[in-house]
Amino acid sequence: MKNLWPTTLLATLLLASVHLASAAEPIKIGSFLTITGPASFLGDHELKTLQMYVEDINAKGGVKGRKIELIHYDTGGNAKDAVSFVKRLIKNDKVDLIVGGTTTGDSMAVIPDVEKESIPFISLAGGVEIVEPVKKWVFKTPHTDRMAAAKIYEDLRKRGLTKVALISGDGGFDKSGHEQLLKLAPQYGMTIVADEFYGNKDSDMTAQLTKIRATDAQAIINFGFGQAPAIVTKNIKQLGIALPLYQSHGVASKNFIELAGDAAEGVRLPAAALVIAEQLPNTDPQKPVLLAYKGKYEAKYGPVSTFGGHAYDGLMIAVAAIQRAGGPDKEKVRGEIEKTKGFIGTAGVFNMSPQDHMGLNLDAFKIVEVRNGAWKIVE
Amino acid sequence: MLEQLFQFLVTGITVGSLYALVGLGFALIYNASDVVNFAQGEFVMLGAMTAIALLGMGLPLPLAAIVATLVAILVGLLLERFAIEPARGASVVTTIIITIGAAIFLRGVALLLWGKGFHTLPPFSGDAPIHLGGATVLPQSLWVLGVTVLLVGLVHAFFNRTLLGKALLACSFNRVAAQLVGINVRVMLRLAYGLSAGLGAIAGILIAPITFSSYEAGVMLGLKGFSAAIVGGIGNPMGAVAGGVLLGLLEALSAGLISSGYKDAIAFLFVLTVLFFEPTGLFGHKAAERV
Amino acid sequence: MRLAGFYAFAAIVVLLPTLFPTNYFVTVVGASAGLHIILAVGLNLLMGYAGQISLGHAAFFGMGAYASAILTTRFGWPSLLALAAGLLITGTIAWLLARPILRLRGHYLAMATLGFGIIVHVMMVQATQWTGGPDGLAGIPPLNLLGWSVDGDLHWYGVIMAAMLLIVWLSLNLVDSQVGRALRAVHGSEFAAQMMGIDIGRAKTRVFAISALFAAFAGSLFAHQQAFVSPDSFNLTVSVELVTMVVLGGMASTFGAACGAIALTLLHQGLVVFEDYEMLVHGILLMAVMIFLPQGLFVGLDQGTRRLWAAFGPTRLR
Repeated sequence: MKNLWPTTLLATLLLASVHLASAAEPIKIGSFLTITGPASFLGDHELKTLQMYVEDINAKGGVKGRKIELIHYDTGGNAKDAVSFVKRLIKNDKVDLIVGGTTTGDSMAVIPDVEKESIPFISLAGGVEIVEPVKKWVFKTPHTDRMAAAKIYEDLRKRGLTKVALISGDGGFDKSGHEQLLKLAPQYGMTIVADEFYGNKDSDMTAQLTKIRATDAQAIINFGFGQAPAIVTKNIKQLGIALPLYQSHGVASKNFIELAGDAAEGVRLPAAALVIAEQLPNTDPQKPVLLAYKGKYEAKYGPVSTFGGHAYDGLMIAVAAIQRAGGPDKEKVRGEIEKTKGFIGTAGVFNMSPQDHMGLNLDAFKIVEVRNGAWKIVE
Repeated sequence: MLEQLFQFLVTGITVGSLYALVGLGFALIYNASDVVNFAQGEFVMLGAMTAIALLGMGLPLPLAAIVATLVAILVGLLLERFAIEPARGASVVTTIIITIGAAIFLRGVALLLWGKGFHTLPPFSGDAPIHLGGATVLPQSLWVLGVTVLLVGLVHAFFNRTLLGKALLACSFNRVAAQLVGINVRVMLRLAYGLSAGLGAIAGILIAPITFSSYEAGVMLGLKGFSAAIVGGIGNPMGAVAGGVLLGLLEALSAGLISSGYKDAIAFLFVLTVLFFEPTGLFGHKAAERV
Repeated sequence: MRLAGFYAFAAIVVLLPTLFPTNYFVTVVGASAGLHIILAVGLNLLMGYAGQISLGHAAFFGMGAYASAILTTRFGWPSLLALAAGLLITGTIAWLLARPILRLRGHYLAMATLGFGIIVHVMMVQATQWTGGPDGLAGIPPLNLLGWSVDGDLHWYGVIMAAMLLIVWLSLNLVDSQVGRALRAVHGSEFAAQMMGIDIGRAKTRVFAISALFAAFAGSLFAHQQAFVSPDSFNLTVSVELVTMVVLGGMASTFGAACGAIALTLLHQGLVVFEDYEMLVHGILLMAVMIFLPQGLFVGLDQGTRRLWAAFGPTRLR
């Protein structure tokens, strides 16, 4: 029996260390983003934002004394890979929660698995079908394409314009935006007089725009992202079409103005307040949040995009929910995300509920216009 | 209506000349080695992105364009030396997969160097559209058109008038025979890669002000250039131009007159029909049957 | 000999999930590799044996997937019936297409198949009312095999691997059959084959249709497994990847194609550790394999083990 003491001591130490290790075990947040492929410049901002803020949170001591570990994969904008990587996040990496999904296609593809495995998922994509109908475990932070369409129509109505020509790309973002524009048109008293398409990698859209020129359209709406909307904008100027041009929130970045150059003057679009943060009145509760995010991001990586902002919103909503739930228990965290009220993010003020898994209203969108090579808020 | 149709034709020809310019590079390497170089689109991207980066460093545009072309030629030579030459003797399909690998590699390099954003070059002679009848065209499109015509002439003369060009062609017809008559096949092959990389870079620099560029820009341009080269009859520089313009016109006309959503499908349906009736493209060699 | 290899392969496939039933890399990645093997083995019949390149193989894969997706979600067909309809539709289209398209050779054939792939892809994107457009079609019901509803990753592994083994077995037998010998003759010299009285057109048409059927079969399984289809799973990149699998593994060998399919599937999962350097490494690896093993991985591995065997194996002792 003389070896009893050392053995007991050893055993106690072992148990203690195991216990300590488990207490300090990090909270795992999984992410799948489009880091390469057509939507890569959206996913790029999202990933950088997530990485920067996870680092930041950990430097400040983590959540409830536990560090956050971010595990991310690149889907390349391919839904098949999104499904496989989400399975990997759930089964192999055993993450506690998922924030990700750059495109609507990627997000929709993983929903069956997320629901089956009961894991909270905050999507960063715009499609309204992600949260409508409401799915128990699925949330999202960006404005929907339906809100963008409504906002554009609202502005057109203010200007007394009712005949619109649509020109859209062939990606998921473009197509579902186009669908919402068609659906909402009667409600706002709009007549669609032309409905044209292009491929997102096309180099010239003058053929489609020539057709539009021959109609009696009073305004043109172009729903898309990437380089194509900039080409559309330039082609409109080339053809001498003097109609007001509306773009979608997909091009709300400095890059669009750089690419389209002079042709971008006068282009209007609905965008999150992030692009015009400095122009907000000081009384706006969003202003400090926006300036803080913008300052931090631009100090490290260069110009912000609203898409990075959506990742910020998603991560912060998740972290706050984990904080309130007292840990990463999936059922509790899900409940707390659903109870998010008055959270001030870059996209607006979030008020979620069991019926609304996004929690933004139309006020969160601002109509902005390009003037002298910069975004200006339209009053 | 007539005015519209005229604009469609103008659009088709300007877009088609982009495809033709890219297609020329395919014809060149094919002529030397029977291989379709899937990294050709990446040469186009590399030329554009290098020129943009150099311009950003403060070089004047003409100098940036020349240096970018030289850089692309160097990359073409290195690719031949370190990826194509070690695999000599391998089948054509194996070589094609190597060029696919090279394309992915070059895209990866561009991604690391220049990130994921889109970049543009300023147009060479301004943005003010030129009116032709009822149609408008950008000055940059005229640059593309002009340089395409010039380069086709040069490539054609190279293959038909110079000893070097004829030697290059000989390599593709029969490598062993070429070697026997004293042609250094290895040097010829390297020359072909260098030249077509240079051609690609020039195309990229000319196109960038119209379509912008990004690390992925080569994929689509490569696809269209490949289609142009094949439809025209691969290996024939004139054919590449004819194929490119045909493809451009088909796209513009189907977008304008039939359906803009299905324009690519209509264009390729037409291409398939052409191939069913002309199995070696519009101007291809009617090769003898191998026994 | 061939079948010995097949049984060894089958044994590994069966053994893996019994040892690691919940491992992601076995069940999920394994199932994905299984689908790729079906596709690559089918494409190899066309490329390796009949010597015809196809840059549009993803179109057939997609046709099977969309047939199952549309018929089950929009018309409420039972899954097996939808699968059969998908095979019938794809087979008919491939058969009709085969004659004119196989008159083309080399790069022209590549172009035509590429064009066909693009046309099918445009349809998937644009015919939104049927296909759901670029965002895809969700809510595909699970595959129902005579009352057994296939659900969960382990079950899917079983179903896909069983299908894969069946296809590999069929392919091995086909290659050794009269059709297979005719095909190889066609690959060697079409003219000579014709002289020997082989109906080339029929042989090529058949193999084109069979290859398309394999792809459509994989597509149906894929649609049910993912419960979601979208056009980006069937675009040109996928077609090029399939060709890469066949050549990387080693053309004209069923096991070679399977080897290439497994290698590329694993590569895709492994490369994620390189993050921003992923494409760079991918490109280098692809070039390196083709430069050093121009006959493909399978032949390379085979020769490598033979050489090792010769150097250190029991024959040395004699």
